[in-house]
Formats: sequence, C-alpha cells, structure tokens
Amino acid sequence: MSEPRREVQALKNSNDVVLARQKVRQWATELRFSLVDQTKLVTAASELARNALDHGKGGRMVMEQVAYGAKFGLKLIFEDNGPGIPDIEMALKDGFTTGSGMGLGLGGSKRLVNEFSIESTPGKGTKVTVVRWK
Amino acid sequence: MNDLAEIISRNESQIRDEWMRDMSNSVQRSDLISKTEIDEQCRTLLAAIVNGVRVSGTAETSGSGWNTARDYLQEISASRARQGFSPSEVATFVLSLKRPLFGAIRRDLAKNQDLLFETVWATTELLDSLALLTTDAFIAAREELISRQQQELLELSTPVVKLWDGILALPIIGTLDSARTQVVMENLLQTVVATNSKYAIIDITGVPTVDTLVAQHLLKTITAARLMGAECIISGVRPQIAQTIVHLGINLEDVITKAKLSDAFALALQRSGRTVVRQAGATTAGAPLLGSPLRKQEG
Amino acid sequence: MDRIPVLRMGSLLLITIQVDMHDKLALQLQDDVTQRISDWGSTGVLIDISSLEIVDSFIGRMLANIAAMSRVLGAETVVVGMQPAVAITLVELGMSLPGVRTALSVEAGMELLYGASFGLQSGSENERAEA
Repeated sequence: MSEPRREVQALKNSNDVVLARQKVRQWATELRFSLVDQTKLVTAASELARNALDHGKGGRMVMEQVAYGAKFGLKLIFEDNGPGIPDIEMALKDGFTTGSGMGLGLGGSKRLVNEFSIESTPGKGTKVTVVRWK
Repeated sequence: MNDLAEIISRNESQIRDEWMRDMSNSVQRSDLISKTEIDEQCRTLLAAIVNGVRVSGTAETSGSGWNTARDYLQEISASRARQGFSPSEVATFVLSLKRPLFGAIRRDLAKNQDLLFETVWATTELLDSLALLTTDAFIAAREELISRQQQELLELSTPVVKLWDGILALPIIGTLDSARTQVVMENLLQTVVATNSKYAIIDITGVPTVDTLVAQHLLKTITAARLMGAECIISGVRPQIAQTIVHLGINLEDVITKAKLSDAFALALQRSGRTVVRQAGATTAGAPLLGSPLRKQEG
Repeated sequence: MDRIPVLRMGSLLLITIQVDMHDKLALQLQDDVTQRISDWGSTGVLIDISSLEIVDSFIGRMLANIAAMSRVLGAETVVVGMQPAVAITLVELGMSLPGVRTALSVEAGMELLYGASFGLQSGSENERAEA
C-alpha cells in the first residue's frame, strides 16, 4: 500500500495554534468533510493544540489520513513533554480546570470527534489522539 | 511462481478466448455490457494478474505488485454494482478464468506432475482471493448507495415552514435519534439565518415518545438556536408526553412549551410585537355580502 | 493584524471580528473594549462574529468576559451573526455562553440594544394579511 499522508505542525507559540487550525481546516476541506464536521474537528484541534501549548509547555501536532475498510478519516495526535495529567478521569469531566476560565478543553473535545484516546504520565508528558471519520 | 506468469503470457490470447467463451455460457449479460467492453476488461485484468504474479508472487494479494489488479477489480465491481449485476455475476467474471488457466497450466507443465499440482493450487487460491475482493467491493458500493439514500430521506423528512415574517415552524414526524437531530438542527439553523427568523416553533405532535435522550436532543437544538439569537417554542406536547417529562425529571425550565401549534404561533406573534385585529364589520365568515338590514331604502 | 478595530457610533461600540485570532489578539481586544468604554462612556457593545468560522472555548471565554466586564462598566453587550456550524459545535462543546446576549444580525442587535426607535428597520412595515 502507498504511504499514508502525514504532516507535522510544531506547537511552540500561539501563532502555531492558528497554523494548526488552518492546516486541519485545509485537510478536512480536501477530504470533503461536511461543514459542520469540519468545524467540529478544527475546534477540537484548537482546544487540544492550545492544551499542549499552555499546559504541556509546547509540543506538536501530527496529522494523518486514515482508512478502515471503505471509510476514511483524519487522525490528529497531540504530543507534549509537559507535566502530564495526574487524574485523567477528572480531567475529562466538564468544568475541570487548573487554570482560569471554564476549562472545557478535554471533555468537550471528546464529544466533537468519533474516537478519542489519551495517554499521560505525570512528569513525562501527554499524548491525545483523536479521529474524525467521514 | 514465475512459471505462472510465463504460462499466462505465452498463452494469453488462447486463455482470453476461452475465458470469453466460458463467460457467455454463464454470465455475459449482453443487456448490461458490450462484448468489446468485456474483452477490454479481460485483457486489462490478465495483464494486471501477470504483473502481480511477477512482482509479488501468488501467496498474498496484498503486495504492491497487486495494486493495479486490486484497484481495477474494485473499479469493475463498483461499476457493475451500479449497472445492476448481481454479486455472484461479478465474482463469476473472475472465477471463470480458472478453467482456461488450468488448461494452459496442464498443457505447459504436463511433464512435471508435482509442479503442475502446486501451480494449479496456487492459481486457484489466487483467483478465489481476487473473486472475494470483488464481492467486498460490490457490497461496499451498495452500502454507500444505501447510506446516501438514507441521508436524502432524512433531509426530506424535516421540512422547515415559514409561518410569518420571522416565525418558522418545524413539524417533526417520527422518532428523533441523534443522527436525525443533527440533520434537524442544521436544517433549522440554516433556515433561521436565511430567513432572519427570530422564532422557531418545533412541533412534536408526530414524535411518538419523548424520553431523556429525545429531550436532550431537543434541548441541544434549542440551545444552539438561542446561541445564534433565535428563540424556540415547543408545541404539540400531548398529555402523555407531559407526564413522561415530569416522571423522568427532565428539566424544561428554560423552555417555552405549548400544547397546540396555534398557541405557539399566537405567542410568537405577540412576542414579535404583532397583534391580529378583526376588521370592523367583518365576522369569521369574512366581509358581508350586503349592508345592514335596518338601513332605509332611498327614494 | 495587531489589533481588532473598535469603531464608535455615538454611544455604541462596534466590533467586527474577521480574522482567525491568535490568543494575544483576543486578549488585546478584551483590553481595548474595556478601555474604550471607559474613555468614551459607551453604553452599548455590538460584536459581529458573522465571519468567524471557529469559536473554541478560548474565544467563547473572551466573548463572555467582554460581556461581563462591559456590564460592570455600565454597558450592555450583544454578539451577533453566529454561524450555524459554530452554534452546533459550541453546544457539543458544552458552552452555552451564559450572560451573553445574542442576535441574528447587526440590525437585530441594534434593535435589542436600543429598540425599534433606533431607526433601522428589518422586515416589511406593511404586514396586512389576507384574512
């Protein structure tokens, strides 16, 4: 099989978060996602990219086109080497936050995508993987 | 297994002729596809198979040498599915290649019984796997068609009606699941923007049951509309629904509900600053045909 | 762009957000609005987001903050023109933007703030029905 399409975006400053949004939007458009699905995915990407930057002290986003049988989709992986999340279950509940504000990043993002998985080791970093199928 | 590739190349036109002949006995469907087209497909497929065997062998069809053959078979299957062939007709297209191939193998390898058997076995496995591929592709094409039709049905079954300037009505008929809610929400919100309507009446007379999930879906729609600056009124709440809502403890505090669509309409009119006024001298039958019976005749 | 322009129309502040904002730009806008209300004694703030295709929790918080801060300073805020896809996504995200008044268009927003007397009329004046 040919190599799956893949692209990496660094997340070092708030401008990178904007770039990440734009890249996801571009891929989603090329893959012909509906407008609502695109909006949901780009918004989730914005949330998770910002998390990686603000809480994770910077990291990167990896974009991959994925396929399963006849359907295909877009996978986004957000990695950082920050302090990690000690209690993942708590973090996924709506309203959880360590900073100021409404803190709806993780729990809300989970609802915007079809698949969501998160690995985090306190002191080592966090990795969030999401997939939106067409 | 380069022997197989050589055998096919050496005997290509004979194999193709026999293949076409065998096919006409079972499955040619000249009503759906022309002879020239089939001939073309046979040629292309044989060439792809030769290439596949040469590059990636016969053991598995997932190697890169088989890409062309796989893609081509998917294309043929999808197009035949659309044309109206049955799945077995499509698979037989591939399977009917067995006989001519075995014939060629037997002729060329008659001197070596063991190699003959191995080659025949490898060939039958190969063709079986290619035939199964066409079946998978066929089903995938059918499923895509069905899901597209389902989508169209969903969209058609949730019309948004303009009752008045700035007042929309959305009668929902049937069950409200999460897929339908998405369609309903998108449809309603887009119409709200297009018609600049501040009020949307969601009538649920036609919704058989309202449980916690349905209520959540309705609440999502109402919240989304509110976020945009429009107000929703729920109408058509039957007595049983009202009881269910209370029993389930569903919180509809922020939501305006009315039993009848007409009540909801009257409320929307009132809220948008309008009143309905009966013209002087008119009754519910409209303007009278004659003047007052008590007026004196002139002259 | 280093700042989102804040326009003044009498006692109204008009803000049209047309770019994909990065966080600093959003925070700058918050500062600018509160500063302007204070400078000019504005009583109304109208934020037009009809060009915004993405509103995530950060932007949502920004809008809620602007509304809350303005109210403390004696001004009312209305956010107008939210796109349907954005509304659907915000609901899924769990954000209902409490304390933020919204309207469908700039005209509707003006009417909400100042009433029909503002002089902008949307819809037809003649609504006589055929009975």
